[in-house]
Amino acid sequence: MTEPLLSVRNLRLDIPTGSGTLHAVRGIDFDLNRGETLCIVGESGSGKSLTSLALMGLLGKSIKRNADRMTFDGTELTTASQGQMRKLRGARMAMIFQEPMTSLNPAYTIGDQLAEALLLHRKVSRQQARDRAIELLEKVGITAAESRLSQYPHQLSGGLRQRVMIAMALMCEPELIIADEPTTALDVTIQAQILRLLHDLGREMNMAVILITHDLGVVARVADKVAVMYAGELVETGPVADIFNAPSHPYTRGLLRCIPLPGKTDRGAKLGTIPGIVPSLVGEVEGCVFRTRCPHAVAECRGEIPKREDGSHAFRCIFPDGKRHSEKELTV
Amino acid sequence: MLQFILKRLGLALLVAFTVSFISFSLLFLSGDPAAALAGETASGEDIEALRRLYGFDRPMLVQYGEWLFSALQGDFGESYYFRLPVASLIADRLSVTMTLGVCGIVFALLTAVPLGVVAAIRPNSIIDRVALFISVAGQAMPSFWFGLILIVVFAIQLGWLPPSGTDTWRHFILPTIVLGYYAMPAIMRLTRAGMLDVLNSDYIRTARAKGANERRVLFRHALRNAIIPVVSLAAVQMGFMLGGSIVVESIFALHGAGYLAWESIARNDLPTVQALILIFSMFYIVFTFLADVLNAWLDPRMRSS
Amino acid sequence: MITAGTHDSLLDEITGPTPGQMLRKRVFGHQGLLIGAIVLVILTIIAILAPWIAPHDPYAQSLMTRMEPPVFLGGDWEHPLGTDHLGRDYLSRLIYGARISLLIGAVAALISGVIGTAMGVAAGYFGGKVDAVVTFLINVRLAMPVVLVALAVVAILGGSLQVVIGVLGLLLWDRFAVVMRASTMQVRRREYVAAAQVIGASTPRILLSEIMPNIANNLIVVVTLEMAHAILLEAALSFLGLGVQPPTPSWGLMVSEGKNMMLFEPWLVLIPGAVLFVLVLAINLMGDGLRDVTAPENRS
Repeated sequence: MTEPLLSVRNLRLDIPTGSGTLHAVRGIDFDLNRGETLCIVGESGSGKSLTSLALMGLLGKSIKRNADRMTFDGTELTTASQGQMRKLRGARMAMIFQEPMTSLNPAYTIGDQLAEALLLHRKVSRQQARDRAIELLEKVGITAAESRLSQYPHQLSGGLRQRVMIAMALMCEPELIIADEPTTALDVTIQAQILRLLHDLGREMNMAVILITHDLGVVARVADKVAVMYAGELVETGPVADIFNAPSHPYTRGLLRCIPLPGKTDRGAKLGTIPGIVPSLVGEVEGCVFRTRCPHAVAECRGEIPKREDGSHAFRCIFPDGKRHSEKELTV
Repeated sequence: MLQFILKRLGLALLVAFTVSFISFSLLFLSGDPAAALAGETASGEDIEALRRLYGFDRPMLVQYGEWLFSALQGDFGESYYFRLPVASLIADRLSVTMTLGVCGIVFALLTAVPLGVVAAIRPNSIIDRVALFISVAGQAMPSFWFGLILIVVFAIQLGWLPPSGTDTWRHFILPTIVLGYYAMPAIMRLTRAGMLDVLNSDYIRTARAKGANERRVLFRHALRNAIIPVVSLAAVQMGFMLGGSIVVESIFALHGAGYLAWESIARNDLPTVQALILIFSMFYIVFTFLADVLNAWLDPRMRSS
Repeated sequence: MITAGTHDSLLDEITGPTPGQMLRKRVFGHQGLLIGAIVLVILTIIAILAPWIAPHDPYAQSLMTRMEPPVFLGGDWEHPLGTDHLGRDYLSRLIYGARISLLIGAVAALISGVIGTAMGVAAGYFGGKVDAVVTFLINVRLAMPVVLVALAVVAILGGSLQVVIGVLGLLLWDRFAVVMRASTMQVRRREYVAAAQVIGASTPRILLSEIMPNIANNLIVVVTLEMAHAILLEAALSFLGLGVQPPTPSWGLMVSEGKNMMLFEPWLVLIPGAVLFVLVLAINLMGDGLRDVTAPENRS
C-alpha cells in the first residue's frame, strides 16, 4: 500500500489565555491519500479551522503546535524551517478561506495576484504566468477570462472572487488543497456550483482535498472520508458510507438526526437537536469531552476513553457500539 | 474622474477667494494704510494726499475688486517698504521656502514611516513605546525652542553645522529637522495604526498561504495598502508647513517667504502681507487637492466610484 | 448557606461591575492620563497661588542685579533661578508665566469650543444647507495660514492679552467643528433620537438631552487638544514679538528675550521652553488618556 500523502498523529494546539491554557485541539490523528477528499465536519469552535492553519503553518505566534507526526509526502512539517514551509505553501499545499470578499488584496489586479501565485515558485515569464492564469480562470468557470485579469477585486462578486481564489490556489498544481468552509459566505445557489467545482478539479488533477464544513449535505455529496470533530477532538473518522450508514459515536448520530436525509428521514418526523453547549476547553479536560451533552453518558466517561477501530472506521467511546444498554445512573 | 476634478477645483477657487476677501477686510481694520505708507513723520495733509492718490478713500468692496482683478493677472501691487513689485519679491523668496518644505516633509516621512512600520510589527515592544514617546513628545515641543536648542548644541557647542544663512546645503539641515519634526507624530501614528489594521486582514493571510516571504508580505502587500491615508496626510501636512516656516525661517535667518511674511507684518507692509496670505492659502488648497487625487490614484476602490 | 458577604458577590456576578466602577478602573489604570492630570493640576495650583508663592514681583526691575546666574551655577538663593537682563527675578516670572499660558489656553479653548461646537452640532443635526455652509466655512478656515493671520491681526490691533485670546479663540474652532459635526451625525442616526422626535420633543431639548451627552466625551478630548494648541501658538506669537507684549511674563516672550544671550546664559532659553514643553505634554497626555478611557476602541 502506498504511503499516504498526509499523515497526522496526535496533533495538539494550545493557546495561552489570561485564565489558563486553552487546549483548542487535543490529539487528532488522520491520514489522507492522493486524490482523496476528506471532509472535516464540526460545529463552530470545534477546532477545524485551527487544524487546517496548523497544517499550513499559518498559526499565529501565540498558538503552540505539537504533534508526534505531521508529514506531507515525507517532509515532517513540525520540524520544517520557515523556508521549507514557504516552498510548500502555495506550490504543493494550497488553501482557500472562508471570506472571499476580503481575501484578495484590493490594491492589485486579479491578474497580478494570480501571476504572483505562480511566479513565487516557478521561474517562468510574466506572459507564461498570464497564460496560465487565463487557463485556470476558464477552468473555474469564469467567462471572458482575459479581460478579468486587469480587473480589481472590488469589481467582482463574492462568488466570482471565490472562484478566483480557487484558481489562485491551483496555479502551481498543488497536491493538496485545503478549503476552509469555502461556501459559507456565499449564496446557496452558488454554493453547490463551487463545491462541485472543487470536487471535479480534485478528481481531474488527482489532488487531495481537505474540505472543512459544517454542512452534512455537502459531505454526503463529495467526501471519500469523513472526520467528525467536536471541541478539539476527532470523535469519529471513517469512509463516508460507514459514517452515514453506521454512525457510531453519539455526537455523529446526533448530527445526522439534525438534518433531513432523503431515504432515511420519514415525512413529518421531528428533526433532532443536541441539547447543551460546548464545554470550556481551558485547563485539563477529563475523559470524554462530549459527556456533558451525551444521552448515554455514565460515570466511567470521566476516565480513559478507548479508541475503537474497525478497518478504517474509528471512534472514541466507552461503549463498544456507542450506546449505553444497561440501567446505570446518568451522571456527568 | 474629470468631473470630480473640476468640481473640486471650483470649490477650491471659491475657498481661495473667500480667504483673500477675509484677509483683505481684516487688514482694512488696520485703520489707516495711508498713515503706514507715509511714515511717522508725515503731516495730516501728506497723509490725506496719499490717501487720495492710492484710492484708500474709496469703498472697501471697490478696493477689493481692484486688488483681486490685478492679483488674478499676477500683479500684487508694490511693497510699501521695498518699493518693489510684490510678485517678484515673493517669487524670489519662494524657492527657499519650497525647498525647506519639501525637505521637511521628506525628512518626516523617512523617519516616521519606518518607525511606524516597526512599531506595528512589534506592538507593545520597547521600540513601540519609544516610537509612541517620540510622537507624544514631538507634539508637545515648541518649535522655536527646539530650533534654538539645536542651534546651541549642534552649531555652537559642537560646531558641526552653521547656525544661519542659506549658502550651502548644510544650512538646510537644522531648519529641515525643526520644520519636519512637527509632522512626524501624526505620520507615525497613522502608519502604525494602518499597518496594525492591514496586517490583520484576510488578504495578508492569503499572501502568506501563497508562500510569500515576510518581507514581501510586509511591503508589497501590507504597506502598499496602509500607506494610502499616510500619503494624503503628508500632502496636507505640506500645506501646514508654510505656516511653520515663519518661525523656522526667522530663527535660522533664512530669506524665504515665511521670513518675508514676518518682516512685512512688523513693518505694516500691507500689499505684501495680503499677497502672502493668498499665496499661502493657495498652496494649502493645492496640496489638499493633491492629497485627494493621490488617494484616488493609490486606492483602486476609489477610482471607479 | 448564603451570608451577607456571599450575597454581595453573588449580586456582582449577576449584575457585573457598574459603568461607574469600570470607568474609575480605566481612569486609574491609565498611566498617561494620571500623570498628565496630576502635572496639570500642580501647574494650575502654582498659577493660582502665584502671588503667594513667587518670591518677588515679576515686574520689579533692578539694574544692579541684572543677569545673575541661577543657584546651581553659582548664584544665591535670593534669586533661585537668577535674574534676566532687566534684573527681574526669573523664578517669579516663570511662576506668573504659568498664569498667562493657562489663562490663554483655557479661555481661547473655551471661545473656540463654543463657536466650533455650535457650528458642528448645527451642521450635523440639521444637515442640508446648514451643513453645506458650515463645511464651506471650515474649509475656508483650514485654508487660512493661521500663524500668518494671527500675526497680522495682532500687529494691527496691538499685542495684549485680550487681543491674543480673542484672535486665538476666533481662529481655533475648526477641529471642534469637524469633530462635533461627525459625532453629531453619528449620534443623530441612533434610535433614541428618532424616538425623541416622534414623541414631539422640541429641537433644543433633543440637542441638550439626547445629542450633547453622547458627544461630550469627544468634546472633552478636543478641548484638551486645542488648549495645548492655543498655548503653543501664543508662545510662538510672543516669541516672534507679535503676541503678549513685554513686560508681561509670557514664557514664549521670555525665550525670545533670552535668545540673544543664549550662548552665555542658556538657561534663559532652556527653562521657559522646558516648562512650556511640560505643560503641553501634560495636557496632551491627559487628552490622549481621556480618548482612550472614554472610547477604548479608538486606541491606536
